[in-house]
Formats: sequence, C-alpha cells, structure tokens
Amino acid sequence: MTDIERHAYDVVVIGAGGAGLSAAIEAHQQGAKTAIVCKSLLGKAHTVMAEGGIAASLGNLWPEDNWQVHFRDTMRGGKMLNHWRMAQLHAQEAPDRVLELEEWGALFDRTGDGLISQRDFGGHRYARLAHVGDRTGLEMIRTLQQRAVQLGIDVFMECTITQLLAGNGRIAGAFGYRRESGQFLCFEAPAVILATGGVGKSYKVTSNSWEYTGDGHALAVRAGGTLINMEFVQFHPTGMVWPPSVRGILVTESVRGDGGVLRNSEGERFMFNYITEYFKAETADSEEEADRWYEDKRNNRRPPELLPRDEVARAINAEVKAGRGSPHGGVFLDIASRRSADYIRKRLPSMYHQFKELADVDITAEAMEVGPTCHYVMGGVEVDPDSQASTVSGLYAAGEVAGGMHGSNRLGGNSLSDLLVFGRRAGTYAAEYAASLGGDRPRASEEELAGFERTALAPFSEEGDENPYALHKDLQDLMQGLVGIIRTGEELKQATKQLDEMKERVRRVTVEGGRQYNPGWHLALDLHNMLLVSESIAKAALERQESRGGHTRDDYPTADPEWGQLNVICREADGGIEISTQPLPEMPEELKALFEEK
Amino acid sequence: MSAQTTVQAPTPGRARITARTMRKDRWWIGPLVTAVVLGGFVVYGTWAALVNANYYAEPYLSPLYAPCLTSSCPEQLLEPRFLADWWILTPALFILPFPLGFRLTCYYYRKAYYRAFWGSPPACAVGEPHKRYTGETRFPLILQNVHRYFFYFALIFAAINIEHAILAFRNHEGEWGHMGVGTLFLVANAVLLTVYTLSCHSCRHITGGRLNHFSRHPVRYWLWTQVSKLNGRHMEWAWASLVVVALADLYIRLVANGTITDITFF
Amino acid sequence: MGYDLQLRVWRGDAAKGDFIDFTVEAEEGEVVLDVLHRLQATQAGDLAVRWNCKAGKCGSCSMEVNGHPRLSCMTRLSDFDRAETISVSPLRTFPVIKDLVTDVSFNYEKAKEVPAFAPRPKDPDGTYRMMQEDVERGQEFRKCIECWLCQNTCHVIRDHEENKPAFAGPRYFIRYAELDMHPLDTNDRRTLTDKQAGIGLCNITKCCTEVCPEGIKITDNGIIPMKERVADRKYDPLVWLGSKIFRRGE
Repeated sequence: MTDIERHAYDVVVIGAGGAGLSAAIEAHQQGAKTAIVCKSLLGKAHTVMAEGGIAASLGNLWPEDNWQVHFRDTMRGGKMLNHWRMAQLHAQEAPDRVLELEEWGALFDRTGDGLISQRDFGGHRYARLAHVGDRTGLEMIRTLQQRAVQLGIDVFMECTITQLLAGNGRIAGAFGYRRESGQFLCFEAPAVILATGGVGKSYKVTSNSWEYTGDGHALAVRAGGTLINMEFVQFHPTGMVWPPSVRGILVTESVRGDGGVLRNSEGERFMFNYITEYFKAETADSEEEADRWYEDKRNNRRPPELLPRDEVARAINAEVKAGRGSPHGGVFLDIASRRSADYIRKRLPSMYHQFKELADVDITAEAMEVGPTCHYVMGGVEVDPDSQASTVSGLYAAGEVAGGMHGSNRLGGNSLSDLLVFGRRAGTYAAEYAASLGGDRPRASEEELAGFERTALAPFSEEGDENPYALHKDLQDLMQGLVGIIRTGEELKQATKQLDEMKERVRRVTVEGGRQYNPGWHLALDLHNMLLVSESIAKAALERQESRGGHTRDDYPTADPEWGQLNVICREADGGIEISTQPLPEMPEELKALFEEK
Repeated sequence: MSAQTTVQAPTPGRARITARTMRKDRWWIGPLVTAVVLGGFVVYGTWAALVNANYYAEPYLSPLYAPCLTSSCPEQLLEPRFLADWWILTPALFILPFPLGFRLTCYYYRKAYYRAFWGSPPACAVGEPHKRYTGETRFPLILQNVHRYFFYFALIFAAINIEHAILAFRNHEGEWGHMGVGTLFLVANAVLLTVYTLSCHSCRHITGGRLNHFSRHPVRYWLWTQVSKLNGRHMEWAWASLVVVALADLYIRLVANGTITDITFF
Repeated sequence: MGYDLQLRVWRGDAAKGDFIDFTVEAEEGEVVLDVLHRLQATQAGDLAVRWNCKAGKCGSCSMEVNGHPRLSCMTRLSDFDRAETISVSPLRTFPVIKDLVTDVSFNYEKAKEVPAFAPRPKDPDGTYRMMQEDVERGQEFRKCIECWLCQNTCHVIRDHEENKPAFAGPRYFIRYAELDMHPLDTNDRRTLTDKQAGIGLCNITKCCTEVCPEGIKITDNGIIPMKERVADRKYDPLVWLGSKIFRRGE
C-alpha cells in the first residue's frame, strides 16, 4: 500500500496540551522545524479541565515563599519518592514560565498591587497558585495555542499516532492516521516528544476525557522505553457523583481552598479524624483554628480539608465504607453555608455553572455530593530530569506522560507548572538533539510502515465477535474494581489474569463502517494502549508491597522505608510487561538540609 | 411562517438539510410581537405627530411636541418659539427626527427591527429570506455609525422632557404644587427616557468604554460601571420608554380634546 | 427509571445524508451526548460524534439539538418531554465531514489572521502591573471555549457562504476586543477589526450571545464596544480632531 501521506520535520510533538504546546513553541524558537500532532481539535486538550491554578513561588502574596519551600512541599507531597532533580528544576523555573505566559497575553487575576494573584491549595505551604477564577487551564492552553499560531507552527489536528518509527534503536519518526478520513500519515523526524497526558480512560469513574488512553506510555514501551512508578494513580478526592452520566467530573480543590468543608451524613467535619502523623504539625486540630486560618494564615494552621489529595481521597473512601456517605455514595462538600452566594459565584464561576447545568444543584444554596475520581497518573515514561530524554535516543516525554516529578502523589497546581517547565525543556533538548544529528538521520523501513498499516486496519478485516465499546467497558470495570484506590495482592493477581484474557479479546475486535471518522475503529486501536498501560499499573501495584501516596495496599497498609528507596520499572518483554526495581537517585546534601528544619 | 419552509438548497459541502430550520418551538412569536408593538407605535406616532392638535392640555405638553416651538405655545413654557405664525405644518417635523433617529440607530432597536421587519435573521438558527446580505457596510445602513451624535441630541431631549415633567407640577395659574395623572405620566416619561438615553451603548463607550486603563481614570471607570449596569437592561428601558411616551401623548390628547378630565391629586 | 427515547439523528457525509430514526434507552439525569454514546455502543458503532471533556469546558461536542445550536454534553434530557422525538444534526454553517462532525477549519484559519499580542516593555522591576479592573473585560472574553456555536449561528455566514472570506465572526470579534482592550497591548486593532474582520457585516442581532454556553455577553460587551471603537476611528470627526489636538491614544 502506498497511500501514506508523508511529512518531514526536525521535531514532532505528539499532543497539544500544555506540555505539547510548550515543547513545540520552544523547539520552534530553537530553530527546529516542528509539528504538533493531536487527537482532538487544537485547544481542546485535557489541560482545559485544570481549574485551580499554576503553582509557582512568585512570592506576590507571601514574600517568604521561594523555590526551596516549593521544592520541599512537592517532595513531601510525593512522599519523598519524587526525582529530586525534577522537583528542583520545577520549583526553580515555574515562576519564569508563569511570567512568560503573561508576556504571551494571559490575563491572570491580580493582587491589589497589580501583580499576579496567588491562591491556597492543598499541600502548599503558602498561597502559591497563579490563577484565573477556576478556569486556569483554559487560560493556559489558550495562551499557548495563540502563541503557537502566532509562530506559525504546523498543527495536525485530529490525527492519532499509533506507532513510533525506529531505525537502529533510534527514533525515526511516527506513524498514524487522520481521524477525519482514515488517511495514513508518516512523519519522518529524528526527535519525537511525547506529550500525550494520562491514562484515566481505563477507569470507570474518571475526570479524564476520551483522549486519555495512555498512548504516549504505550508508544514509549513499544519503542523500547521504560515506565516508572506506574502504580501511583491519583484519585482526586472530589469528583461529582450524581447524576450517573457526570460521575467523575472534577470539582476543583479551590472549593476547599476558598472555604468549602467536607462533611459526612452525620454532618461531621470528618477530616479532623484523618490527620496523619506526617502532617500533624502543620494541620489545624480544631474547627475554630481551621476557620481562623482563612482570615489569618500566619498564626493558624491549615484546615485538614487541604491535606494532599491522597489523604483526602482515602478519608472519603473510608467514610463511605463506614456507612456515613451521602445518598449517592459520596460525601458532602459544603461551601454554601460558609460563604456568601456572591463570593461563591465570583470565585468559583465554572463550578457554579457545572453543578447548575449538570446536576441541577445550586452550590450557593446546598452542599455538593462528591467522591474520589481517577484523575492523574504520577507514573510515566522514565526520563532524564534535565532533558526529558527517555532511554530511547530521540524520544522525549513531558507532562503527565513523563514519570518521576511527582513521586507517589502530585500536589494540586503542580501539574500546570510541570507542563510548562518540562514541556519547554523537552523542546530545547529535542531541538538540540535533532540539530546535532546533521545529515545522519535514522530512517524507518518501508516494510515496517506496511506492517503498521496492516495492524491498524485489522479491526476491519477480523472475523471476530468483540465489540470495542463492550471490551472498553469491561476494562474500565476491571480497573475500577480491582486496581482502584484500595488494592490487595489477591485482587491485583486476579486483575493481571483478566487483563491477559482481554489481550486475547482485543485481537478479535471488529468494527463496522469505513475509515472515515469512525469512532468504533478509533477506540479499537486505542484499546491496545489502554490494555498495555493497565497491565503496567496492575503489575507495578502488585510489586510494590507498601502503601504510599497514590498507591494503597490493604495487605501492606503502611509506608515501608525500604520501598521508599525504590522505583518500580516497567518494560516490554514478549508482548507483555516485565517488572523490575531500581534505587532512587541520591539527593545532594544541601537539598536534604531543607527537610531538617522543623 | 412555517418552520419547515424550504428556502434554498443547502450550500455545497454542508449537510444536506433542506428545512429552513429544525427548531420546533414557536420562534416566530418574538419577532411577531416586536413587529406588532413597534409597528403600532409607528402608526400611532405618525398620526399623533401629523394631526398638529390637542397636544397641550394645561399644564401638560405632549412629549411628542416637546420642546414647544410654535408661537401658539402657552407662555409658561420656556423654550424659544422660533416657528413663525405662518408655519402651518406640525412642529413635530422639527422635533421627532432627533428622538426617532436615536431610536432608529439604537443598538437594541436595530436588533429588534432587523429581526422583526427584515427577517435578517427572523430568529436564531432560522434561515433568512434574502439572497444577499451586506450588513451595515453600505449606505444607508452604514449611517448607523452616527448613533453617538443622536445620543448627544437625545441628552438635550432628555433635559427638555425633565423640564416639562417639572413644569407639570404647576397648576392652571402657573403656581407650584399641582399634581395629576398627567404629571405622573410626564414624570414617568422623563425618567424612562433619561434612563434609556443614559443606558445607551454609545454613552457607555463615551463615559469609559473607549479606555484601556480603567485604573488610571477612576471617575470615568465609576461612571462606566454605573452606565454598564443600566446598559444591561437597555432593551427593557427601550420598550418601557417607548410605551410610556405613547401613553403620555394619548392621555394628554384625551384631556385636551375633552374626552376625559385630568384627575388631580392636589 | 430508564425509558425509550426517540432520537432522529442526521447521518451522512458531504455527498448525501438524511435523518435516521433510532430508539435508544435513556436514564434519568442524562444529557444528549450520553444517548449518542449509547447509540454508538449498541446500534451504530461508526456514528461520528466529536467530543472530549463532557463537562462543558472544552467546546468539542457542538451540534444542533431540535435546531438549537448546543453543546450536547450540556443539553439535559430532562429539558424535553419524554415522548418527544429529539432531532440531532451537525452544525449547519460548516462543511460536514461525517454524521454529526463538521469541518470547522474556517475558524482556525480566521485565528491565524488575528495579529499577535504585542506587549509594551516590562516595568523597571521586571513585572507587568495590571489592575484587576483593567483585566476584567478581557477575562470575560477569555472564558471562550471555542465551541464555535456563535460562529455557527451567525446568519452572516450561516445563510451567506459568500461572506466567509470577509467576516471573522463573533468569536474573533471578542478576540479583537480582548486585545484592543488589553492594558499591555500596543497595537491599534480598530482598522483591522473593520477591514479584515468585517465587523460592519454584523447587524448585532445577538444570536451569538443567545447560544454562548459560557454566557459571554458577546454583543453588548464585545461587538458593540468594538463597533464604537471603529466609529471613533472611522466615522467620528470629533474624536479624530480630539486625538490630533491632544495627541492621545485613548
């Protein structure tokens, strides 16, 4: 077959969210001929869903804030499993990236002094999140999108990459298809940046959109790369639970940052019962102190509702299990009784709108029902902290698809800054790598391309009996039930067994219709990625015999210092995932010292 | 106006849907009501302006004839009566072009009559009946851009109407301390006309809308904020002031021709 | 709780197409997009629907429900009578690709025509100071999720394909407005808004505002202020004279 549309670039960026756009902008500015390939229309990426803000120690409200404090908060939030160097670079560079957005036209909310305002968020010692109401992600993606358009970067919208091309162990480009027409595409490029986001679509209750099928994770593994710490999946404590069709949609943490509290069916502010030893010193132990904190942050400790996400999600889970949940199986998030209607509408306009339109709930008058929802994967492609280069030459990863930065649990607000900092870094180093090759560029073979074409078209010709939608639903049920918030060794073993069966089933998936904009076909291809990623999560979760951050084992309920020194690595072997461990990189003394005070 | 009328073949490339609209609601009610009320006002207003009689019933002067320009005007009124005795046509010819022009070029009325009378579009997502469309880029519609000048005149007219509302607190002898239903009409008319004028989009632009740095002009920012609040209900003010001006004229006319007697409170 | 919903879905492509009737199961609390997904999973695996976040934040799932331009993820079934047949069709202003998916590249081409943000130099302390009241107007426009419903419903191009080259549409009028009102931007975009974006074609009939899922007051806060700014520049001799005499930008 020869009907492949071909393009040649220096750098191809897969994904057009915050990380992808940052990477492409930077690579372009470095002089590389750059293309962005994305599954949706430009500007629709999952980044628009981010609400709260961008964490950066600008120090506009708290002059005592600086990168060291941000670094410390990030490491503690991640239960010290973060790659220290990534956490350091992130904390150091985030303020510059935020200011850069402003130079590109972003309109952040202001302080009385005319500077960028900053808001409180869980796990951050100081008010640190630059924000625009509760639609910061939209502001960020629009700013980056407009910058990319201004620079004239080529964007291939609604195109899916199904395979990376390799030549002699180095990246040679990427292969995929146009969703609109089914036309196959081949990008010849020595450097590919993965910025594909996360994996949430493998779960039933998730805040993630359909795009989050773990494409980048799977592409990297198939190209010979490694994944790190895939067992750490963040369940955001507050997703909507009713009506069923919106179950999982995010309720921003800003609701709690701006005064909202969690209550169980008995009306109790139960978070006070779940303050762990680790956070005791900095968390209020009475409602009075917690309430005073909103007014006087210097002399009071933070309310327990603002503990890191993993702590709050587990607490909600426990309350519901104990029979103290709300009618639809969540708990109550109440801001109506604590703040004026005007204040709520001003500070949380999208939340007001979302509940009004989707659940017919007026959040200025009644409490919201919320429960944990699969939100983010801390694990991802193993990369070099400075350059974001994976273990495969020419392959880079940035944003959610990359691992290491957030350790076992990500703090709210650290995601948007992660995208900006490491997206840009990936762009810099990918462009540099592409330039360094000169004429010596790896090439993919025509046989390889033909093989990819055959694989992609298989669902049309298979005589199987599997419906892609049904298989997807079964996978989501499986992951939700057996590889969810609370895990046990027995269930995880069961999960890996069932996943093996599903890998058989996915080969028999058939689709109706033609190649033109056919969602059934698209899903059939995405399922391969979802299965590979699900297998990684399940196996890594089985391997790590402790509870830490976004990984809770009922059979190993506490954190184990020995496991605290180890990363779990996934790589492909014989069409499956092989697990190994490797020690954490050693943190330099001057950074270690930051954890000794207090 | 059937919802299913086929107007023209769909443009090539677009989905082949021939129905003018897929809307099932009664989308034509809005434009119909607008057409009836607006049309009714135009008919009544034209008649009332042309009859050139019964526009004054002491102490009330119909707002359609304010300011009073003819020498037959009662002496109590303060305006210059520059129309000579030989002038036999209605003085409304000199008066009405200004308020009429203000309303005709008003951003709200434009929406209303483009939809109701020209069907451009009759309602949202309902096909319009015209082959060509050039918007407000050519003569005569390009003249809509002079709205701000009509606004300046409208301010003067608002002042005149306020004056006449105040004068309506005098009795037949010209002494203060009178109030009748006519007074109420004229006060309501003056208030609504003033608010409608101040809530105008051009006014909003002039007070502060054209600035890019509100923080450097706190007074104009405050004014803009107030005008913006009024502007949010510009449509309501437009209709209320229109209906009341017609009712006020009608009331005074009926009093003037002796059909009814003004009810006085004191 | 569930019931059978009568759905009439337009299926086809640029060459041909028609409305097809389906009976789909619906549950309490669902939105139109939910039943379209159920239709895909159970009866029409290749039904083309564009969607992403399913929370009204990304603006992907725009279509026409009973002729009303809507986000299908924000159109609740409870707004309709259970016995009513709901019709679902693609955006009418843009070329259809397949079923409910249209080619919206018109909008992305118009985006390229907007001259970029051009900020003034930073303050001596390396920051940009902007007061909240100075950014608020722009922030309203930046709520735009680019669902293209305003572009789709605007009769200037919906009913007159020939106006497309000369007309940027409501979404871009608020983009020009945002930049023109931006306290840091140094360009004067009034002539562009008139000449290149074709704001004169707009007859302010407000359908864009009516369909905006974000509740942006596109006409009152964006288009009309821009028409006034264009009038300052083009139709108002007094303002022109004033700017010559006082040499002021604002």
